[in-house]
Amino acid sequence: MNTVRLTIDGKSVEVDKGASVLDAARKAKVDIPTLCHHPKLEPFGACRMCLVEIEKHGRKRTVASCAFPAEDGLVVTSSTPKIERMRKLIVELLWPAYTTPAKGMKIEKSRFTGALPDCSLCGLCVRYCRDVVKKNALYFQGRGVDRCVAFVPGMAHECDSCRACFDLCSSGWVVSRYAAQASADYDERPCFPGMTEC
Amino acid sequence: MNTKIATKSDLDRVRGEARKARTAKPVEITVCSGTGCLAAKSGGLAAEFDRVVALHDLQHRVEVRRTGCFGFCERGPVVVIHPHNVCYLQVKEADVEEIIARTIVEGETVTRLLYVDDKGRSIRALEDIPFYAKQSRVLLDANTKIDPTSLDDYIAQGGYGALARVLTSMKPEEVVDLVKKSGLRGRGGGGFPTGRKWESTRNAAEKEKYVVVNADEGDPGAYMDRSLLEGNPHSILEGLIIGGYAIGAHQGYIYVRQEYPLAVTNAQLAIDSAREAGLLGKNILGTGFDFDVKVHRGAGAFVSGESTALMRAIEGFVGAPRPKYVHTSEFGLWNKPTTLNNVETWANVPLLVNLGLDQYRAVGTQGSKGTKIFSLVGKVCNTGLVEVPMGMTLREIVYDIGGGIPKGKQLKAVQTGGPSGGFLPASKLDLPVDFDALTEAGSMMGSGGLIVMDEDTCIVDTTRYYVNFLAHESCGQCVPCREGLRQLSKILDNIVAGHGKAGDIEMMEDLCELLEGASLCALGQTAPNPVRSALAHFRAEFDAHILEHRCPSLVCKSLHHYAIDKDRCPGCMLCVSACPTEAISGVRKKPVVLDQAKCIKCGNCMDVCPPKVNAVLKLPGSPKPATQQPVVTT
Repeated sequence: MNTVRLTIDGKSVEVDKGASVLDAARKAKVDIPTLCHHPKLEPFGACRMCLVEIEKHGRKRTVASCAFPAEDGLVVTSSTPKIERMRKLIVELLWPAYTTPAKGMKIEKSRFTGALPDCSLCGLCVRYCRDVVKKNALYFQGRGVDRCVAFVPGMAHECDSCRACFDLCSSGWVVSRYAAQASADYDERPCFPGMTEC
Repeated sequence: MNTKIATKSDLDRVRGEARKARTAKPVEITVCSGTGCLAAKSGGLAAEFDRVVALHDLQHRVEVRRTGCFGFCERGPVVVIHPHNVCYLQVKEADVEEIIARTIVEGETVTRLLYVDDKGRSIRALEDIPFYAKQSRVLLDANTKIDPTSLDDYIAQGGYGALARVLTSMKPEEVVDLVKKSGLRGRGGGGFPTGRKWESTRNAAEKEKYVVVNADEGDPGAYMDRSLLEGNPHSILEGLIIGGYAIGAHQGYIYVRQEYPLAVTNAQLAIDSAREAGLLGKNILGTGFDFDVKVHRGAGAFVSGESTALMRAIEGFVGAPRPKYVHTSEFGLWNKPTTLNNVETWANVPLLVNLGLDQYRAVGTQGSKGTKIFSLVGKVCNTGLVEVPMGMTLREIVYDIGGGIPKGKQLKAVQTGGPSGGFLPASKLDLPVDFDALTEAGSMMGSGGLIVMDEDTCIVDTTRYYVNFLAHESCGQCVPCREGLRQLSKILDNIVAGHGKAGDIEMMEDLCELLEGASLCALGQTAPNPVRSALAHFRAEFDAHILEHRCPSLVCKSLHHYAIDKDRCPGCMLCVSACPTEAISGVRKKPVVLDQAKCIKCGNCMDVCPPKVNAVLKLPGSPKPATQQPVVTT
């Protein structure tokens, strides 16, 4: 048997072994919000928007559906009051870099300030560049609350012809920073013999 | 040592020779050379002993041995002279001549260097000092007897005997079974049954397997693993080899933080000498079992103590936890089955083999067997490393072993388990040291940090410290942990700065729910523990900070102030000259005046005011007149 059958919000769905609970939910047309998920990339488990409740051997757990493997007989609930509370809090915490689901959740403004203004650190750009394009032009800098995304200096010229991450970025960070990085790289070019300006 | 130990009888022969060499000299001076005592200049002290022993021409009958941590760090450097275990504390280089002349040559005791108990009696022998008398030091005892750089010393103490027994007379399944039945639980914090971990790695289908030592101890105030790895590295190595045999692994790793230079050095030395002797490498003790170990130095990230992050770090990536829900015992290092245990857990393995099941299980409680090492620190008289049987109460540890709180102050809280643990108030002191009992009380055993806090500790400020620590030590990958801790830290910073407002506590509770329920790894999931336990037991302190803008413990700078008691101040002017900001002024023989606007609350005035005068007052809240003055804006 290379498939597994599980239940999501009462709907029974069959998926290939190795698929995630999120994949199964998408197949069953159950809507689960995601931010850092991308079908071409390994699960990252960073945004935690895709939290669901699973029931296994009579025990309930909250897990990230993007990273949890679909299993036979698994009972999944895509939304509970607690999960809704946590999703809302995540949107508030990332404000204003990530506001896509805010309207549906009736959030008009956040109670919090201090997160990065234009980056939710979903890592789509970094991971896409590393794992799909295989250029490694972007990276995560710093740890904990100091974490941010940065261009590897001198790499922006590689990006000009690619721009694959431009559309992935929902907050616009990549587009706005790319121009700045490209001009910084231009200014810091090493001088080669024969170059007219330096 | 250059002799190869190729068989069990070789080991017995080497042990006989090593024991003979140790008893060749009738007197032995052991100088604690653990990190604590080294910081108190025990390195120079040991060299001075060497010099004076040579000067008196005593080398033929006196051995000077540099050992691992003795545990009584409060009174270091510790020197113990055998055969009578005479224990001298806080020994200085200048004392060495006297010790040699009086104790070694004349056989007398240097009374002034002995421990004096609370009834004023001098105690001569190490084991009679109350700090040691109440402990059961089955793991730490060897620390005081062996030179960690010497394989011979370890073998003389029975070292590698457990390995020989396992390799020659037990099947791997029997070893796993022994560990399972022993009830040994992971000493790193979670308390997961070690035997079950071993079994699932052993049963995993993949052939290539690994065993790893987690020596990434990073809790503030904790140094148990450090002292074990520094003081007795071979015991961990022996446990690891036994584990490798039981599980079916041929490669082990010791992940040790780079901030522990002595532990790194001693672990590497132990590996090198064991390999040279044939206790690592191909065909160990002629049994056909191959095993080798590498040291991996950690780059200083607290989160790398998390199992999947640690394995990522060994693989050469940034130490960040893995999002997938799979067990490392089946998919660990390089996706191969891996058993990761903490330093202390590995050190328990040879002990278990040597003692046997019944004797090992005789110590401890129903659910937690054996002993646990704690680093007893903070506001306690006898700071140090203690090893107690599971089930001992916190009260016994703090008062009987730790000697209580200095200066007769009251205990406010005990913090166990580091930043992932919680505060336990004085009313919980009769809790036994037991994985389940501590978790139930809202804290956790953790790796063994035990920080004692007295009445002068502000719980709000301490909570803020832990949250700040975690906010910067989180890997920053998942939103709940990174952003949740960012906001918790901001809220607590505000409260401590006097800007707390109604609703802060409810908001912290919301954030705690998110952190616990949604975080990717255990760092985030346990991060609410300090906040929740503080709110559960010390809510009144939070209310005082937020609603009344005062710090009852007089710690938070923005929420207390100094004042001069006019009736007591004789105008000696000492404080006037001590004040760095000229906030205090006055004339001789008249009470001085403190200008609150200039005061930076450094406390110099309080320090210099003579105790019998005691005219400087430290008061909670803001100064009254200042708040009544209208604020003039231009």
